[in-house]
Amino acid sequence: MAETTAVTSVGPAWALAAAATLGALVILAAAFQGLLTARSQGATGGITRPFGEAARLMRQRRRTTVSADGLLWRIGSSGLLVAALLMVAVVPLGEWTIFDLDVGVMWFNAMDVLVWALIWLTGWGANSAHSLIGGYRFLAHGLGYELPLMFALVAPAIAASSLNVGDVAAAQEGLWFAVWMPVAFLAYCLGVVAFSVWGPFEPAIGSDLGGGVRAELSGVDRLVFELGRYALLAAGAAFAVPMFLGGGSGPLLAGWVWVLIKAAVLLGVFVWGRRRLPAFRPDKFLEVGWLVLLPAVLLQDLIVAVVSVWRT
Amino acid sequence: MIADIAFWAIGAVAVLAGAAVFYVDSMARATYALAVSFIAVGFQLLFLQQNYVGVVTVLMMVMEMAIMAVYMVMFMGMNPALMPMSMVHDNKKSLAVAIGTFAFLAAGVLLIDWPARRGAPPADVTSALGEALMGPKMLVMAVISPVMVATIVAGVVLAAHRTRYDRFGDDLKRRPAEDPQPGGIGR
Repeated sequence: MAETTAVTSVGPAWALAAAATLGALVILAAAFQGLLTARSQGATGGITRPFGEAARLMRQRRRTTVSADGLLWRIGSSGLLVAALLMVAVVPLGEWTIFDLDVGVMWFNAMDVLVWALIWLTGWGANSAHSLIGGYRFLAHGLGYELPLMFALVAPAIAASSLNVGDVAAAQEGLWFAVWMPVAFLAYCLGVVAFSVWGPFEPAIGSDLGGGVRAELSGVDRLVFELGRYALLAAGAAFAVPMFLGGGSGPLLAGWVWVLIKAAVLLGVFVWGRRRLPAFRPDKFLEVGWLVLLPAVLLQDLIVAVVSVWRT
Repeated sequence: MIADIAFWAIGAVAVLAGAAVFYVDSMARATYALAVSFIAVGFQLLFLQQNYVGVVTVLMMVMEMAIMAVYMVMFMGMNPALMPMSMVHDNKKSLAVAIGTFAFLAAGVLLIDWPARRGAPPADVTSALGEALMGPKMLVMAVISPVMVATIVAGVVLAAHRTRYDRFGDDLKRRPAEDPQPGGIGR
């Protein structure tokens, strides 16, 4: 597909290794989340809590509702994990990548838009008012965060003059994009947190709606949905590494180790930040997205474009 | 060979998912069947080396269908489309139009002399396509875009029954504005 890029493609069998790496990041994030939850309750430990919860959900009998749309419901709840796996397919681990697509940045963007459909379908499928309202809440958030996220992804692509993820990583020799395009980086991070239905964007699965989108999800379905949320968060953190955090560059250690370290640290910040930010009300966030975030990110794009033209 | 089979299989998915739009009995299923059809078309474009166009098709169409599902459920049918409903109406006339159109187009396919290929495809087919579509008309397109956006904004402004006097009071001095839907940044 692409002529010459900064990374080498590896065989499709390595997709299993990529999935395992994503799984390791998910376990890390869930364990950290368990630790923080235990600490906030004044208890000690908590690292093993997510494993206990997973075991509980695996044994739980699956509950269903009257005239649920089973097909759409299952597609929605299980699709998040698939979308996250498709996202990491274009993330180079140091010098290797599975899918060296020349428009990898757009690919990531398309996969995160898929989450819109999947979350709404999870809300619709259960045939329950609470979960459907949760789905609408997510779309209301989506209208606010998606355009800033898209234009945040534009900035590194302009600076690297490429939509190939490996090329974007290679274009950051010496200076990370996160340093000189901080607004785009912050908007990107907010977008990742949003499409993972995480932290401030949790009203869609809020307890005021009895669990919102996941109100009627039980057993393995709920486990896969939760895994999907963590996987999206991890995939978003992993994609930030080549886009904003210099890819595999770093002293002493090999490139792939640095990618994993940077991804794990950013993921840790996302998990930690969940307790630090208030929820964004879906009806109010739209105006924040369009009148604050979007102009800020567009201005960032303009600055990046001017700098890029001036440098060449 | 495998690529050919995959191309045609995805084509079949696109057609069958498109047909499913009229077969299913729920607005959500119809909308997302259409989304699947568009995703399949997007992947077909990848096989044509139009990587950018293909991925953008998937991106835009999934986003559009996610929004469209909301409007379809809200406005379609006697009930607000939360119940099962038929996706077809005016069956006999529609069938006649569909068969007529198909016969017309199929006749065109069979009767016309297909041209032989001249030259070879360029290295970057995406930019060649962009040049062919937009090249000499770029100025026109660049002018039309803001005009279209202005038309949309003007249309919404004219259609909205609330004016600035409803929001800010008769002397336009009321702050914050009185809105049925509170904004997020306290205007």
